[in-house]
Amino acid sequence: MTDRHVLEAGSQPPLLYPPYKSTVKRAPAQPLIIVPGRLTALTTPVYGYLPIGDTDNDLTRQHIGEPQGERIIVAGRVLDEDGRPVPHTLVELWQCNAAGRYRHGRDNHPAPIDPNFSGAGRTMTDADGRYRFVTIKPGAYPWGNHDNAWRPAHIHFSLFGRSLATRLVTQMYFPSDPLCAYDPMFQSVRDPRAQQRLVSRFELSLTEPNWALGYAFDIVLRGRESTPFEGRV
Amino acid sequence: MNASGQKRQEPEPLIASSSQTIGPFFHVGPGAGDRCGVVAAPGVPGERIRLRVQVLDGDGAPVNDALVELQHADANGVRPGPVEPGDPPPAFSGFGRLATSEDGACCFETIRPGASSPDEAAHITVCLFMRGLLRHLVTRVYFDGDPALDRDAILALVPAARRATLVARPTGDGATWEFVVRLQGDRETVFFDV
Repeated sequence: MTDRHVLEAGSQPPLLYPPYKSTVKRAPAQPLIIVPGRLTALTTPVYGYLPIGDTDNDLTRQHIGEPQGERIIVAGRVLDEDGRPVPHTLVELWQCNAAGRYRHGRDNHPAPIDPNFSGAGRTMTDADGRYRFVTIKPGAYPWGNHDNAWRPAHIHFSLFGRSLATRLVTQMYFPSDPLCAYDPMFQSVRDPRAQQRLVSRFELSLTEPNWALGYAFDIVLRGRESTPFEGRV
Repeated sequence: MNASGQKRQEPEPLIASSSQTIGPFFHVGPGAGDRCGVVAAPGVPGERIRLRVQVLDGDGAPVNDALVELQHADANGVRPGPVEPGDPPPAFSGFGRLATSEDGACCFETIRPGASSPDEAAHITVCLFMRGLLRHLVTRVYFDGDPALDRDAILALVPAARRATLVARPTGDGATWEFVVRLQGDRETVFFDV
């Protein structure tokens, strides 16, 4: 990477990041117009009616049979920048299957589709901001960005939080994945602490004996003082 | 101050989770089962409109893999209240989410929103997600011909020459408003840092 690229301070990637080729024709060229917070305060949950089904947080139980692959538990907390939990907020995730294939018409990676795996889940955080999913560890897969490009295994997450400013779509990676070093999406985040925020942690206390490995993944939404909680947690 | 007269150290804020692109395969995920183009059910008070949002890239080519989310107030300028899991679906959710088609467009069914305050023009807030966007974009749809455009506090932050990029225009049937998002170019849409 050279300093030709505009690297933005803090935790967020730049809009234009040429190593990720699709940014070149899609990143706006003009600077964003900065809006004072008081003008954008949306204090209600900013999603509509999105019902949650019984198996929406368990991607291994959404079909008649069990999906192929390594069963895992992904759990953590949704927090604001002051470390306060964000309770009762929607968490959505989606991913490819264990072989690295999405159940999607435009995914032409020649890896098998798993008839027992759709790859989508959703849940609400509890009163302490906690969430938990059971799923299958996703596979790595190739993509066309550059020669011999492979996405590290990852799970997409989408969260709303409490205001327009807290809307977040991100990706969770797995510990010690050698592909992260070569991945322009991961590398678009320059701050090493911010990179580590996107990497889940193996967690024995989440691991269920004779069943599934546990990975902890906490998500920190932008903003402070977003809710008038008593005291810190 | 503590007992020794030193300013108490505020704990370091946590570093926020970084945005990452929604990628090309989100269709299997967010709202897959209930992707909602109907923001206001039939019978909700207000002037019924359709809002067609089309997204064009730096070459002017349609973006056929964008996710468009919108939210807006009701006809009286009131934003919908919270919805608890298990509540029946509200007639007016104030929230819509659709993927664009091959023509780069998607079309929402809703009502024309009202203004929420005297220093604001009625508008629809739009979030855009797509492959190639490491962070999502936020913009606003205003309505052509609205006399309140001149007093809208956020529009006033935008250089005058670029304000037209935020204004939807009615098409032939009068009930369909068209809003074109140009990601780059001399008519690049204004996007906001919120």
